Amino acid sequence: MSGRVIVVTSGKGGVGKTTVVANLGAGLALLNRKTVLIDADIGLRNLDVVMGLENRIVFDLVDVVEQNCRLRQALIKDKRFGGLYLLPAAQTRDKDAVAPRQMKAVCDELKKEFDYVLVDCPAGIEQGFKSAVAGASEAVIVTTPEVSAVRDADRIIGLLQARELHDPLLVLNRLRPAMIRKGDMMDVDDINDILAVKLLGVIPDDENIIISTNKGEPVVLNDNSRAGKALQNISNRLEGEVVPFMSMDFDLGMFERLRRFLNRSDKR
Amino acid sequence: MGLDLKKIIRETPSRSKKQAVDRLRLVVVHDRSKISPGLMERLKEEIINSISRYVEIDEDEMEIELNSTKTRVELVANMPVRSIRRV
Repeated sequence: MSGRVIVVTSGKGGVGKTTVVANLGAGLALLNRKTVLIDADIGLRNLDVVMGLENRIVFDLVDVVEQNCRLRQALIKDKRFGGLYLLPAAQTRDKDAVAPRQMKAVCDELKKEFDYVLVDCPAGIEQGFKSAVAGASEAVIVTTPEVSAVRDADRIIGLLQARELHDPLLVLNRLRPAMIRKGDMMDVDDINDILAVKLLGVIPDDENIIISTNKGEPVVLNDNSRAGKALQNISNRLEGEVVPFMSMDFDLGMFERLRRFLNRSDKR
Repeated sequence: MGLDLKKIIRETPSRSKKQAVDRLRLVVVHDRSKISPGLMERLKEEIINSISRYVEIDEDEMEIELNSTKTRVELVANMPVRSIRRV
């Protein structure tokens, strides 16, 4: 068996990469796919706390590549899900502690046993990025509807192509429907026109993400969360299912409802 | 009275998204068009070669660069002419 190794990257930090990785992991596990998440952000590990697994770390990615432990020993099983595992980053080491060649070896080993290997890439385009993408054969780019984030995403797309990672998939995070309607936020089409890559998902801005992260629980488990639903949709799309993109036509304020009411009475 | 209310509510004066899209388009074109110093040097040489068939230019004073304006990215070359060749 050979699983898919997908790197999740963005260029700019703070766009929600780690949250996306944690929830795609949970979402894929809910679809009964054996999934392992690698935190490649050496020195700034965070995937463990987002997943609520921070108290169970014994060994990490650097221990594996330096052969202080076997790969198996460093994998933390998420007990809430059938087949979800985390390979945590080292917290006290530098980005260059794992060379691209070593990362590739770890990914190659893991994909023999797992359906999905998701790599949470550090922000930036330096050594950490180069290592994180080394073992991947597919890439997901996360961005938000801001000039800086989209610009960095464009740069990353170029760098991925230079590494033979063509056709990355785009996840657009933190859309605010009310602002889009007002003309104060770029929408899906605006960003897709500029980046010209295939869209994998659109995730609305959602306070539930913060609440879930506070608790260390995946938001896909929250049925009332739109972001949770959007993230589960992305997992389903990775599995080849055709799921329509979530409409951003909600969150209507009183003003917007009144406007629509008036417009409707016009048409009659 | 009702009409006035409609007018007020329909107004959406803020359109900052357009600015975002325009600025982004430009900056992305610029990022993508990054020309390495080596490539720029080759471009410069070839321009000198072809121009020199018609006019004699001052190669030391020649300037060539990529400039971005509000609406596009331009290649700007500034070449002082010493003399025009008789063909």
